[in-house]
Amino acid sequence: MLEDKDSSGKPEPLNVSREATKTFPGVKTAKTPWREMGLKDQEYELIVEKLGREPNYTELGMFAVLWSEHCAYKHSKALLKTLPTSGPRVLVGPGENAGVVDIGDGLAVAFKIESHNHPCAVEPYQGAATGIGGIVRDILAMGARPVCLLDSLRFGPLSHPRSRFLFSGVVSGISGYGNCLGIPTVGGEVFFAEPYKNNPLCNVLCAGILRHEDLHKGQASGPGNIVMIVGHSTGRDGIHGCTFASEELGEDAESRRPNVQVGDPFMEKLLIEACLEMMATGAVVGVQDMGAAGITSSCAETAARAGTGLSIEINKVPMREKGMTPYEVMLSESQERMLLIVKPEKVETVESIARKWGLNVAPIGVVTGSGLLEVFDNGEKVASVPVKLLTEGPVYDPPAEEPAYIRENAHFSPESIPVPETSWFNEILLELLASPNIASKEPVYRQYDYMVRTDTVEGPGRGAAVIRVKGTRKALVFSTDCNGRIVYLDPRAGAMWAVAEAARNVAVTGAQPLAITNCLNFGNPEKPDIFWQFKEAVEGMGEACRVLETPVTGGNVSFYNETEGEPVYPTPVIGMLGLIEDVEKRVTPGFKLKGDKIALLGRVWGDGRSLCGSEYLERIHGVVAGSPRQPDLGLEKALIKTLVEAAGERLLRSAQDLSEGGLGVALAESCILACPGARGAKVNLQGVCPAGYRLDAVLFGECNSAVVVSFSPDKEEALRDVCAKNGVPFSVIGEVDGDVFTVEAGAGTTVIKVTSADMTGAWANGISRSLI
Amino acid sequence: MKFGVVVFPGSNCDADCYHVVRNVVGQECEYVWHESKDLRGFDAVILPGGFSYGDYLRSGALARFSPIMQSVYEFAEKGGLVIGICNGFQILLEAGLLPGAMLPNDNLEFRCGWVNVKVENADTAFTRLYRPGEIVRMPIAHHEGNYYAEKETLDELERSGRVVFRYVDENGCPSREANPNGAARNIAGIINERGNVLGMMPHPERCSEAILGGEDGRRLFLSMVRALCS
Repeated sequence: MLEDKDSSGKPEPLNVSREATKTFPGVKTAKTPWREMGLKDQEYELIVEKLGREPNYTELGMFAVLWSEHCAYKHSKALLKTLPTSGPRVLVGPGENAGVVDIGDGLAVAFKIESHNHPCAVEPYQGAATGIGGIVRDILAMGARPVCLLDSLRFGPLSHPRSRFLFSGVVSGISGYGNCLGIPTVGGEVFFAEPYKNNPLCNVLCAGILRHEDLHKGQASGPGNIVMIVGHSTGRDGIHGCTFASEELGEDAESRRPNVQVGDPFMEKLLIEACLEMMATGAVVGVQDMGAAGITSSCAETAARAGTGLSIEINKVPMREKGMTPYEVMLSESQERMLLIVKPEKVETVESIARKWGLNVAPIGVVTGSGLLEVFDNGEKVASVPVKLLTEGPVYDPPAEEPAYIRENAHFSPESIPVPETSWFNEILLELLASPNIASKEPVYRQYDYMVRTDTVEGPGRGAAVIRVKGTRKALVFSTDCNGRIVYLDPRAGAMWAVAEAARNVAVTGAQPLAITNCLNFGNPEKPDIFWQFKEAVEGMGEACRVLETPVTGGNVSFYNETEGEPVYPTPVIGMLGLIEDVEKRVTPGFKLKGDKIALLGRVWGDGRSLCGSEYLERIHGVVAGSPRQPDLGLEKALIKTLVEAAGERLLRSAQDLSEGGLGVALAESCILACPGARGAKVNLQGVCPAGYRLDAVLFGECNSAVVVSFSPDKEEALRDVCAKNGVPFSVIGEVDGDVFTVEAGAGTTVIKVTSADMTGAWANGISRSLI
Repeated sequence: MKFGVVVFPGSNCDADCYHVVRNVVGQECEYVWHESKDLRGFDAVILPGGFSYGDYLRSGALARFSPIMQSVYEFAEKGGLVIGICNGFQILLEAGLLPGAMLPNDNLEFRCGWVNVKVENADTAFTRLYRPGEIVRMPIAHHEGNYYAEKETLDELERSGRVVFRYVDENGCPSREANPNGAARNIAGIINERGNVLGMMPHPERCSEAILGGEDGRRLFLSMVRALCS
């Protein structure tokens, strides 16, 4: 019925009647097809109004995918604009395929984090695999050689069978796809909590290195240039994948499996090598990954960025099967494909490189000055839409309302939680070390090749990842962080903590934090309480990034992480990039030498508030409540400066930041990760636990701007001076010991005494015991 | 000395081997595309790790049909040094240059990490700079490293000193716990009868520089250089 309407005086009518009667994947009826494609009635009306006619079926599909939340950022765009995105080192900010940051000496880093949550919820192996594929192509599209991956994962507790299925599926998918690419998976996080039970989060960060002059962009500039497609053939998989990613999951989640694409890592590896080779020849004017919304989005976005148009012939697209309709070709999300804009005289060069690597390649169109995305199928025009209209979807400013639980939380008194008997602290420490959120993630990362490329100086399980840059003395440092439990309790404070923790994690290695990428995982933004979480979190993140001078260079928003109305914890994952100028000056978390002094830099709070949202409160007392404190961003900044300076002057033997499990766990981890002969510590809390402080809060409270360091006794004065100069509290709390970790609360009161073997045992086996 | 690193579609440790040979061991090195048929001028050939042809069908099963493999046969026939690391080892097995086959790891998972390996034969062109029985630390990263051969073959390998590397614990004992993949008799690397073709699962190129956490692999490349010079 769409094409029956009289469209006189409007853009030319298109003959697509043969499509309208067919049933399409994901589309159940044809009466109001836009609804099944995920568009609202008013959005459809807007399309008709702006287009000046009714779109035909293919065009409607193109609008539906590009106007999906996933592609159009309808609910997030306005707020994201408030984030700081510029800085002296930012070469490319948000809006391109990935952010690019200058690291000096003519080198730059392209990095970005992206989610693949919805696919992982229904098909974890392929969901995770294709999540890696997509973000790697984004980095490749900037002209960078991808050098590392980090995964930030969230699942329900491992006691749930479904959580185990999703957990093992996602990890195998990352292993199966990532290992084959020859890009090391060097770090990330895994966190388990009830709200992720049906909605796991799978966020993947990829980083690449490039020379400034090799920077490429996703721009279809220069009318007359040739549009080429290279890589895998186009099939019927993943049609409407991004529409699927823009809805809540219901009972029929299982039936959405056909929306999930299937990955071919071997093809991706060939594509990486071929594209880098093509770009090195100077043949490539613009390059774009074909991810969500496939050919439609890559064509529309490259043309929109360059202010041009494209005319493409889809019958020239290498197809996997016969009889695919224009609609299917335009919306397919088949993986491992790239769109290239090539100078006409260089088409042959590109073709010969593709042939060398055994890849499909085809010129499918030409850049025009029309501002239109025109699609032809064997000479017949099947779609013609202004690219601006496609890429500039509606922007919403939905209502935000503080959720009821936040108000209830304000009434929670953490002081109502009794301080445990001193005799319990040993057990509590071991219990926390065995908690899957704190325990060793070796059962996960031993399935990832984290050493290929021989640049991994500090791999997974040892704090932030440190990657050397061959041919220089530099090293890149990466960390991904977000404690969703704290963000849930106070989205503004929680997002600030996520930025602060990521920066601190990077700084303990001696690296200067440079910039972030973010992956904002939330529920349904059309619900006022969810949108309130989002708004608070974005504002908190922006404030922290401004103070810490780590601009946002890009990222991704994932809404609708809800199943049957149950949302995930709001989880704005921060991926932080740091830079060490001299890799030999890096600092690691484990103690090095018996007799070294141990100090706390920064401060811990000994009050009930620092227990709010802590692992201790949930694991030991079964409580998730309260209002976590907002970080002191000024102190955080001073602490980071102190760490970078101290590392630069080689004052530190080890440094470990306080996060889940607080001071007690940070000290224990420094023992566990220590060199032989230095796996213990004698600590006295007198200096940091004055009268009136709760012992459990000092030892296990979280949300502290604090770091545990060890250093040679002869460096104490110098270190004290650096701290004093920067205004960072410095408290010597003990010394490194051989094999036993003891904590005294005051004179003669031992509250913890445990061997490193016992701590290591609890920590190393925490995850495998949860799987039994 | 001039090393050649063969690049199959899907090789991913090619650049790592090239880096070690060129920048750590200081020898000449060139990539050899798998469609080439010419190994003239090379003194040693490395088949690097990775996922040649995506490891589809079976690790190494497709790579053995690459045009370069005929030249590798001839190169080995003439006594040239050939080393296959990880996927390269799998290719050498599929190509019949070494006996036996590779099964999926018995834990059915990809395994990446450091292992202890005992140098069982330090009298080869690849190991002459190690002490006999020396225990070295090297990384592994594979899904199919579960070496299998029939009993007679294994006995023959043992008898003739062709088991070059074996997974062991810190005390040198080839225990079950020290075996990361279920390999028969904890075998991590074997050599051919003539002593010029070595296959091994651990990655010496990943432990040739102190900054990467270990340097035990460097002597393997230096041994090759020494052997070629003598």
